[in-house]
Amino acid sequence: MAQCGACTVQLNGVATRACQTPVSSVGNAAITTIEGLSPDGSHPVQRAWMELDVPQCGYCQAGQIMAASALLAKKPRPSEADIDEAMNGNLCRCATYLRIREGIHRAVQLAATGGAR
Amino acid sequence: MTSTLPVSRRSFLRVTAIAGGGMLIASYVQPIADLAALTGSLEDFTPNAFIKIGADGSVTITAKNPEIGQGVKTMLPMIIADELGVDWKAVKVEQGLFDPVAYGRQAAGGSTATPTNWDNHRRVGAAARQMLIAAAALTWGTPADECSAASGIVTHRPSGRKLTYGALAAKAATLAVPDLATVTLKDPKDFTIIGTPQKGVDTPSIVTGKPIFSIDVKVPGMLFAVFQKCPVFGGKVKSANLDVVTAQPGVKHAFVVEQVGTSLGGLLGGVAVVADSWWLAKQAREKLEVTWDEGPTASHSSVEYARKAAELAQGPAARSLRKDGDVDAALKGAAKTVEAAYFYPFLSHATLEPQNCTASFSNGKLELWAPTQTPANGRQLVAQALGIAETDITIHLVRGGGGFGRRLSNDYLVEAAWIAKTIGVPVKLLWTREDDMAHDFYRPAGFHFFKGGVDGEGKIIAWRHHFVTFGEGDRPGSSAGIQPTEFPSRFIPNFELGTSFLPLGVPTGALRAPGSNGLAFVFHSFIDELAHAAGKDPVQFRLDLLGDPRMVAEPDGRAGYDAARARGVLEDVAEKSGWGRRKVPKGSGLGVAFHFSHLGYFAEVVEVTVVDAAVKVNKVWVVGDIGSQVINPLNAEHQAQGGALDGLSEAMGQEITIENGRAVQTNFHEYPLLRHTQAPPVEVHFRVTNNPPTGLGEPALPPVIPALCNAIFAATGKRVRSLPLSKEGFRWA
Ligand code: FES
Repeated sequence: MAQCGACTVQLNGVATRACQTPVSSVGNAAITTIEGLSPDGSHPVQRAWMELDVPQCGYCQAGQIMAASALLAKKPRPSEADIDEAMNGNLCRCATYLRIREGIHRAVQLAATGGAR
Repeated sequence: MTSTLPVSRRSFLRVTAIAGGGMLIASYVQPIADLAALTGSLEDFTPNAFIKIGADGSVTITAKNPEIGQGVKTMLPMIIADELGVDWKAVKVEQGLFDPVAYGRQAAGGSTATPTNWDNHRRVGAAARQMLIAAAALTWGTPADECSAASGIVTHRPSGRKLTYGALAAKAATLAVPDLATVTLKDPKDFTIIGTPQKGVDTPSIVTGKPIFSIDVKVPGMLFAVFQKCPVFGGKVKSANLDVVTAQPGVKHAFVVEQVGTSLGGLLGGVAVVADSWWLAKQAREKLEVTWDEGPTASHSSVEYARKAAELAQGPAARSLRKDGDVDAALKGAAKTVEAAYFYPFLSHATLEPQNCTASFSNGKLELWAPTQTPANGRQLVAQALGIAETDITIHLVRGGGGFGRRLSNDYLVEAAWIAKTIGVPVKLLWTREDDMAHDFYRPAGFHFFKGGVDGEGKIIAWRHHFVTFGEGDRPGSSAGIQPTEFPSRFIPNFELGTSFLPLGVPTGALRAPGSNGLAFVFHSFIDELAHAAGKDPVQFRLDLLGDPRMVAEPDGRAGYDAARARGVLEDVAEKSGWGRRKVPKGSGLGVAFHFSHLGYFAEVVEVTVVDAAVKVNKVWVVGDIGSQVINPLNAEHQAQGGALDGLSEAMGQEITIENGRAVQTNFHEYPLLRHTQAPPVEVHFRVTNNPPTGLGEPALPPVIPALCNAIFAATGKRVRSLPLSKEGFRWA
């Protein structure tokens, strides 16, 4: 497993594949799923994703958003290389990669102009 | 593919008042008399409405087709809303149930949603607008032609009086229904929604993680199932250690399922394991030991197919599909001849959401929740296998996490239905990724043998094509055929096309741009070879091949190929990409190709840099002609980008190989999808032409593969005649 990244969640803010993480191994670490990112879709990454209409089928997007938001939490102004490194494990069968990258850049802007969490 | 889509079905409208003063507009595709026969009595019939207008002015529009990421749940309602005369932001979109009596064809496939619904959906919206205007005119005692409608309000132009749709709905519901065939449509220049960029109606749910996919469906009291089939397609269970599996934690049932019928597309034999949770079912299956009767195809292999194909290529084609002029004589007289053998492999659809279906069977009635692309076929298949009436089956169309043609087949529906009926408890069947890759309806592999000749002026004068594909008797396997009208047929004076068959044994089916996804690669690669043999510029060579801008059709008018439209996209993509006007550094190159499929004309240019066989695609340019109207430009760009990137993904690394009658690859580590770092920019343009609007899920994909391979040739001098590129020594940079 750990092939596609669609199940990505955050453990203490670090992007983690849920499919290869037994609950017993989590201990006291905080698990954040997409539902926990923001209750109303107000996280800058979610707002950027809506603004650019990033999803096609949408199946991978929870994982993409969790990977992108973990990246931005660590590096609020990521370089292209940072994005490559953080996102390359998340596959998108519909190949929405161009809008995902654009979405990350847009989220950086949105976070900078308020709406950061 | 040069198919046309006749839209001949007669539609009828029915309008009903709803409680509280609203109106409901439904369309029927069959005469009322048939309806009564189908439902027992007309009064009982609860129509699935296309449009609901509440007394409060709320507007609900039904999306009738399955949504698999192609954007149809947004696009089709946009068409109705525009003609209806409401603001898009005031519209609520609901997914319709499967109900072909109410909606006509409900399917996702072949890029057909636009061409088959464009006119009909406009008419439904326009008829409702006309009735609301009539209701206002009646209220005011004014002629209807003094009134106009926009933003959900009817205005009497001379007096400035206004009434909202909500206030008019109750009265409109009592009026005579206009004839759909003669209703007045908007002038396209007055469109307010069609042609504007609109976001997917489910995008907010997706980005907040709402459970909207088929895999998320929950039914009270449901159990979870996995289904183990024979790795050799159609193999049967001889014996299985069911007692061991049944004793595993959480397991409620484990039983053998026998194949129904002989089709590989129906219910196949296997072992069902049902448990309290999916994980427990999957764990229990790991203890399962089955002795299989693998059947007669257990000896099949990709290596053997290739050997047989090469052998068949030595002789003439078993059946001739087309013979124009005299190829032998033309080859003899040619200034240059080229001979080449091409190959492309089996491919898996690899939808990111694996196949799954939730089924509930009680009191002889079956309810299914599924991401099927073809609910009508699914219902028929399930009814036949279970021996129940189609009218006892309800199908909920649930958003699919990708489709790409995989969910045109309904094997997973019939499995879920069978298991639910057997255990009498609702059940969700979910395949693993490994199940999915092992049991697909694969894009058929193809072997193509060409001989071509150009004359002294560099024009193609001879073309012989022997296509070795899969089939039985005179019928090619699913998606393994070719039309005798496929370009460049009819554009070369001496032309022969024939096929020979390898035996069926691997289930095949339609993958995004079926047929075209392989044919475009072989045709435009070989055309490129001929261009270089002729010493011509690849774009100019293709323009010369297309010749005058004209319609080329069969004598009976069938299978038209519009050379003007093909030239249009080709000239535009050359212009946009700077073809012939830009110097590219050594090790870099541009490749071009065009293709007509699913009623759309697409030309694409790919620019690559290749260093030590590491390929970097610098950019892709796409020009498409899908007619007079791009309905949702935001989604259109995205579909074209996705199609082009999907093609790059297929070309570089994807292949399903067959050994001992079974698929070798099991997951993405052996079947790589394109990744973030490998995705180049894709610049998309649409060329607007005076033709009916057509669909976009597929036609952007085929040309990118030959354009990529031709670019690699331009950069390296190495001609790629076999896919995937990774087997030819290439990799992504
Ligand atoms: S949007 Fe479909 S897999 Fe990413």
